[in-house]
Amino acid sequence: MNATAPTVSHTDECLLRPGNTNCGGCGMSVGLSMLDRALTEAGESCSLVIPACCGIVTAGAFPTTSYGVPTIATTFASSPAVASGVASIRDLNDEPGQVICWAGDGGTYDIGLGTLSAAAERNENIIYICYDNEIYGNTGGQRSSATPAGARTTTTPQGKAESKKDIMTIMAAHRIPYAATLSIAHPDDFARKMSTALSMKGMRFLLLHSPCPTGWKSEPEDSIKLVRMAVASGLFPLYEVFNGATYRINVEPDGTDPTEYFQRQRRFADDEIDLAATRRACSDRMQRLQALVDQFPRCDTNSR
Amino acid sequence: MAENIMVAGYYRLPIVMVAVNRTLGPPWNIWADQGDTLMLRDFAWLQFYCETNQEVLDTTLLAFRLAEDRRILLPVMTCMDAFIVSHTQTETDLPEQDGVDRFLPDLDLPHRMHPDEARTLGGLTWPHEELSMRLEIDEAMRRVPDVYKECRESFTETFGRDPGDVIQTFAIEDAEVVLIVSGTMATTAREVVRRRRAAGEKIGLVKVKMYRPYPEAALREACQSATRLAVLDRNYAAGAGGVFWQDTRAAFQGHRDDVIIQNYLTGLCGGDVTPAVIDEILVDIASRSEPGDPVWMGIENGGETLQ
Repeated sequence: MNATAPTVSHTDECLLRPGNTNCGGCGMSVGLSMLDRALTEAGESCSLVIPACCGIVTAGAFPTTSYGVPTIATTFASSPAVASGVASIRDLNDEPGQVICWAGDGGTYDIGLGTLSAAAERNENIIYICYDNEIYGNTGGQRSSATPAGARTTTTPQGKAESKKDIMTIMAAHRIPYAATLSIAHPDDFARKMSTALSMKGMRFLLLHSPCPTGWKSEPEDSIKLVRMAVASGLFPLYEVFNGATYRINVEPDGTDPTEYFQRQRRFADDEIDLAATRRACSDRMQRLQALVDQFPRCDTNSR
Repeated sequence: MAENIMVAGYYRLPIVMVAVNRTLGPPWNIWADQGDTLMLRDFAWLQFYCETNQEVLDTTLLAFRLAEDRRILLPVMTCMDAFIVSHTQTETDLPEQDGVDRFLPDLDLPHRMHPDEARTLGGLTWPHEELSMRLEIDEAMRRVPDVYKECRESFTETFGRDPGDVIQTFAIEDAEVVLIVSGTMATTAREVVRRRRAAGEKIGLVKVKMYRPYPEAALREACQSATRLAVLDRNYAAGAGGVFWQDTRAAFQGHRDDVIIQNYLTGLCGGDVTPAVIDEILVDIASRSEPGDPVWMGIENGGETLQ
């Protein structure tokens, strides 16, 4: 039966196959490669559950697929629910492998938040990775609740008035075993956190800052530089949260000024970004995180 | 939610969903109305509308067998009227587990995911490819009546009880007027027909159990002698009338043009379909020389509410 469009099967190959049609400088593509490496190093296999997003466009058209692992496409809102089912069947059948949701910010922050919260509350045995490019990318660049203030999108042509939703705090509030942020500019940190996540059971949430030259109106070769600046300036801190209680900052910002981050993306107009307010917000964010780090004793984990 | 119900159909997942038919708001209303599942009629699900608690139970069991049959592989809704069935208790026969195990073999899903097979399910397809998948669904739908018959016979043999055909007739022989009903109103209508028959009137009844696929051939065959069909709908498709009525008209279109098919909207929004309502419908249908617009039953105060 081909009614569900199952594609040709291959084994023993990489997670993201060569020849996909993703944009140059796409952070999601780099993230998939890093995920693949982490899985290989851990000797783990995986199935992907992908809602509507660039991640499923990546698969390409039937009967071919760019994914070298079992992959199921879901509606925007349902990937955590589908992944819960896939993981339950895997556990019932005593089958190996991780079930990984690979979802954009639209499917995570906005449309899928209900099922994501439900899966987190049930502590489903899945890994949820949100590659956050701060925009509805494949639909033409509309604002999401992950879009930062000031960013111009097709639906916020004057720049977005609201600031970015703090999804990490929402997920941490579910007291899931593990929540962490990732950056493709910090591959060692990425690998270590994936290793941590792979060694745990239950709901694990990872937020990947994913540059999108098409939506950010940036140069593809700047992608990694941009997300490195986001970490260094405190715009996108790298940290992890165990059981919603124990916080750890993984890369301390080095005082990099965020100005260049904005200047190198044409989605931000010079006169629409309040740099003083942004600096204050970065400082407040790091202070709040540091307070959370200091508030509780460090938990005993296998990470450094 | 509806989008994901569609997904189950097009993914060919043999899911069985038991649905309690309740009125959709606003305004808030908790009583029976079939509109909440009938709006999903185009979603590649089979739909069954049940009359009693026992029929809900039997149909649910049968639905798994039907859904999981390789010739079908489509999800099934077993539907019941809110409160009238869902919130009442009646004596219900529960089959023994070993009988259920005999009747329902283990699920063997041809397209289940395997960890060692790198297949992508549900990715982009081109129009001509997806078109052939729609055709496969259509072919599966066309196989339903025959496969249902097999499942029904097997059920009867296993449990010693008939789960009921896709349509169920009462006093249909030589009937000139036929009431076409679904769900719990069949019980009331059957009693009205029984009384009328006793008084010598040529009135019969068809209860439509299977809504998708619509049992067109069975319906035409059952109503051979009828010249007047009163279709009672506990649902309303805005701007189009009752849903069972539309499908009944389609079933007769091109086959018979000598039959008056009239729609009565009754019991929707949770109203009671009493013997008096059915008597009123029988008076109306008998007086007609041609069909008209759907008739709204039970409207009070001329329908004025937006004051």
